[in-house]
Amino acid sequence: MAPEERGRFEQATLPHLDAAYNLAQWLTKDQHAAEDVVQEAYYRAARYFGSFRGGDGKAWLLSVVRRAAFDWLTKQRAQLAVAFNEDTHDRGDESTNPEFLAFQKCDQAMVRKALEELPPQLREAIVLRELEGLSYQEIATVTEVPIGTVMSRIARGRQQLQVWLTALSRGEVI
Amino acid sequence: MNCQDVQRLLHPYSDGELDLVRHVEIEKHLADCAECAEQEKHLRSLRSVISSPSLYYTAPASLRMRIQLATPSATQRKRRPALSLVAIAAGVLLLTGASVTIGLLLPKGTGSSVDRLTESVVASHIRSLQVEHLTDVASSDKHTVKPWFRGKLDFSPPVPDLTSQGYTLSGGRLDYLADRPVAALIYHRRLHVINIFMWPAVHDEEKEVRGLSRQGFHIRYWQHSGLTYWTISDLNDQELDEFVRICREQS
Repeated sequence: MAPEERGRFEQATLPHLDAAYNLAQWLTKDQHAAEDVVQEAYYRAARYFGSFRGGDGKAWLLSVVRRAAFDWLTKQRAQLAVAFNEDTHDRGDESTNPEFLAFQKCDQAMVRKALEELPPQLREAIVLRELEGLSYQEIATVTEVPIGTVMSRIARGRQQLQVWLTALSRGEVI
Repeated sequence: MNCQDVQRLLHPYSDGELDLVRHVEIEKHLADCAECAEQEKHLRSLRSVISSPSLYYTAPASLRMRIQLATPSATQRKRRPALSLVAIAAGVLLLTGASVTIGLLLPKGTGSSVDRLTESVVASHIRSLQVEHLTDVASSDKHTVKPWFRGKLDFSPPVPDLTSQGYTLSGGRLDYLADRPVAALIYHRRLHVINIFMWPAVHDEEKEVRGLSRQGFHIRYWQHSGLTYWTISDLNDQELDEFVRICREQS
């Protein structure tokens, strides 16, 4: 990589290191794996930087990070995509009749646990939306699915969290 | 718009993803319909909890450094010529596809607190094996080991009895980790030594078990009932996990 291109690469990607790491950590659920994944992603990103045509460096980098994270998960033979079939996954009617609950009572450990229990595709959508503040369109770009899928993943992710946090705050095990 | 339409669009509404016309329609509906308004309030409450900044993982400084070294900018190279060799070495390592942590090339003390603690735990474990200083109090009886710590520490370490599960207590030792004296318990599984360190946690929150491996040792750490636990052994992953599981049941 020529020095000028290297400079452009750093400018495009280094400001998003935290975003990259946050996503990697939430997907791998392991600090050291997350570091490896981010490092691998930066390596791949540097190699394919030629194909980056300017624009949203963050979405571009995050899509590389997520692919590296899913590669890692596949290698780990973690339950992952295999176990999660979008069509048959229980949708229930969780959202139709929620009892009132002040979620503020949930402590951070509960929220973390519930979020970690979500299937990876729902987890990444929630993390990118709630923690990274990306729009549906940006999440669609990062995760390479249509915007309608993003919308439904976010809704289902939240419904699932709502059910689990209700259970956890009652002292039940999820 | 009826309740069903509104509830279907509640998430994109909450995310500000609807066009203005539909957004305003839903707003109007929520003003009139108590049931839908309740759901919207519920969603807002949930979102405020799951978007807490405390859930955000920021990249450790050591990682930032590794990445900057691996992709040095022109200015960095001019300013710090000594580092460019490291950068080339790093590039070579990355190119060979080896997943090598080049943090070893960096000065000590730049890592995250977990990195530093990991180093200390490994060092402490190795020291305990090398210098015949495995135990200060050698006993397989928890009623001998537990009282021995009294007066030596500002907390009372739990000493689980795991003999029936095949993990024999060998004794206890005072050690020093995370800038404080800690309790070390030593268990044996066949010929394998397991060190388990414990000390009062800085933040009183439960933390799930995490695992990592260093220099051929397996490490697990977690936080429970106000104590931080780190355990290390050359035992295989499965048996160490089993050890951690039954330890946690008893503490």
